[in-house]
Amino acid sequence: MNGAALLSVEAVSVDLPTVRGNLRAVDQVDLHLAAGQTLGIVGESGCGKTMLSRAILQLLPKKAKLAGRVIFDGQDLAHCSAEALRKLRARSLAVVFQDPMTSLNPVLTIGTQLIETLQEHLELDAAAAKRRSGELLAAVGIPAPEQRLSQYPHQLSGGMRQRVAIAIALSCEPKLLIADEPTTALDVTIQAQILDLLAREQKRRHMAMIIITHDLGVVAGRTDDVAVMYAGRVVERAPTQALFKQMHMPYTEALLAAIPKLETAPHTPLPAISGRPPDPTRPLKGCSFSPRCRYAAGRCESEKPPLVPAEMAAHQYACFHPIRLAADATA
Amino acid sequence: MATLDLALEEEVVAALPARRKRRLGPVFWAAIAWMVFIFVAAIFADVLPLPSPTDMDMLNRRAPFSALHWLGTDGLGRDELARLVYGARISLIVGLGAPVIGVTIGGALGMLAGYFRGRFETLVVGSMDVLLAFPPLILALAVTAYLGQSILNLTCILGMLGIPAFMRVARAATLTLARREFVIAAQALGASHARILLRELLPNVMLPLLAFFLLGVAVIIVAEGALSFLGLGVPPPIASWGSMIGEGRESLDVAPQLAFLPAIAMFLTVLSFNLVGDTLRALTDPRQGAL
Repeated sequence: MNGAALLSVEAVSVDLPTVRGNLRAVDQVDLHLAAGQTLGIVGESGCGKTMLSRAILQLLPKKAKLAGRVIFDGQDLAHCSAEALRKLRARSLAVVFQDPMTSLNPVLTIGTQLIETLQEHLELDAAAAKRRSGELLAAVGIPAPEQRLSQYPHQLSGGMRQRVAIAIALSCEPKLLIADEPTTALDVTIQAQILDLLAREQKRRHMAMIIITHDLGVVAGRTDDVAVMYAGRVVERAPTQALFKQMHMPYTEALLAAIPKLETAPHTPLPAISGRPPDPTRPLKGCSFSPRCRYAAGRCESEKPPLVPAEMAAHQYACFHPIRLAADATA
Repeated sequence: MATLDLALEEEVVAALPARRKRRLGPVFWAAIAWMVFIFVAAIFADVLPLPSPTDMDMLNRRAPFSALHWLGTDGLGRDELARLVYGARISLIVGLGAPVIGVTIGGALGMLAGYFRGRFETLVVGSMDVLLAFPPLILALAVTAYLGQSILNLTCILGMLGIPAFMRVARAATLTLARREFVIAAQALGASHARILLRELLPNVMLPLLAFFLLGVAVIIVAEGALSFLGLGVPPPIASWGSMIGEGRESLDVAPQLAFLPAIAMFLTVLSFNLVGDTLRALTDPRQGAL
C-alpha cells in the first residue's frame, strides 16, 4: 500500500503558539492513502482532524508550525514553492467544508463561482464553461441546473448548497478530495444523499477521498480505511471492516457506544464519554485518553502507548489494555 | 425532489418583488429625483439659458426674486440661480472626486492589510492613526495655504483625509471575510492571492464600501462648504455653495436668502446622498437574512 500511495503523511505534527503556551494540535501522525481509496478520519471536536486536513493542504494558519512530511503524488508539499503548490492544488486537490453557507461566496451567483473555476482550471471558453457547469450541477443531483446558475447561495437550501460546493470541488477533476465534516451542518435525511453522492463521484472519477467526521456511522459503509484521532494523535487505524469487527482502542469503542441506536428503549440515557479531552496546551505524560478511560490502570498514566500492529498488520492501535474480545458496543 | 424544488421556486419568486416594494418609498424616489435634478443642472450648466455667474450688475445688488433674476442677485449683483447651478458643479466635482480617491487608496490598503496581516497591517493601521490624529481642518488649511487654492488641490486634500475611514471599513470587512471557508476553498483550488482579493473578497467588501462612499460624498460636500466658507476653498470668482454662504453671511440682515439658498441646496443634496446610500445598502445586501 505504501508503495502506491498517492498521499503519505509522515510524522506530521502541527504546533500552534497561543497565549497559554504551545498547543500541539496534531502529534506525530502517519497516514497513507492510495489512489481511488477512501480514508475516514474520526474523532470528537478539537482532536486535530481539521488541522490535519489543513496540514495536508498546506493551508495552516500563518503562525502554525508544521513538522514532518506530506508527500502527495511524489512531491513533498511542505517544501514546494508557493507557485508549485498553487498549481498542484489547482490540478489535483479539492476540499468540501462543513458549512456550505460559508464555503460559498455569498455575493456571487452559483454560475459565476462555477464558471470561473472551470475557466481557470480547464481553460474552457465562456460558452463551454457554462455548458460544463450545467452538467456538473446535474451530476451532483441539482434539478433545473440552468436556472440555478443565476441564483445566489442564500436562495438555495443547505443540501443544495453543499451539492454546489461539491460541484465546485469536483470541477477541477481532483485526484484527492478532502471532505471536512461534509454533512454535519445538514439534516439527517440529506446527510445520506450527500454521502452517497460523494461515494458515487469518487468511484466514477477514481479519486482518493478523505472524509473527516465525528460520526463513526458516516464512515462505516463508505470508507476503505479508518483512522481514529484523539488529542492530536492517531489512536487506532484499520481497514474499515476490520475495525468494526474488532476494535482494540477503548476510545473507538466509546465513540461507537455514543451513537444512539434504534433498538434501545426510549428515554434511556445515551452512553456519553464522560469528561473532556485534555487541554492541548498541557499534554499528559501518559495516554491522553487515560483520565476518561474505564480500562486505565498502571502505566497508562505514566507512559504514552505507542501505535502497535494488531494481529493484522494493517490494523494498528495505541493502547496498553486493548479490548480483545469482540466488542459489545452497548456494554 | 421535484415537489420540493417547485416549492422553493415559488417562494423565491414571491419573496423578491414583495421585498422591493416594501423598501422603496416616496422619500427614496424624491431623493433620487433631487439628485438627478442637481446632476443634470451641474452637467448642462453651460447650455442652460442662465446668465453668467460672474457678470456683475452693480446697480442691481441684492435684488429680490424677479422674472429677470429668478432667485435675485447677490451682494455684487451676480445672478444667484446661475451661481447656485455652477456652485453645484464644484460641490459635485469635489464631493465625488475626493471619496473616489479615498475609496480607491483606502479600500486597497484596507483589503491588503486585512488579507495579509502581519507587519504590513501594523504599518498601515499605524500610519492611518497618525493621519487621523492630525486635525483635518488644520491640515487642509496648511495644504491650501502652501499649494494654493484650486479645485484639484481641494479634491486631493479632502480625498486624502478620507483614506483612513475607508481603510478601516475595508479592513474590518476583509478581516471577517478572509477567515471564511470560501476563501480557504478558493486557496485549496489553487487560486492566487490576486484572484482571491479581486474576485472573492472585493465583491463582498464592495457593498459596505459603496454605502460608506455615499455617506462620504455627503461629508465631503459639507467639508468643502466649510473650507470655502473660511475662504480656503475654490478661488473667487468661481461660485461654490460654501463660499456663497460665506459671502451671504455679510448681508444676513438685509438679504437672508443669499446665505439660506445655498444652504438649502447643500442640505437637500447631502440628505439625498445619505438616504439613497442607506436604502441601496439595505436593498443590495444579499447577506441579509442569509446569515
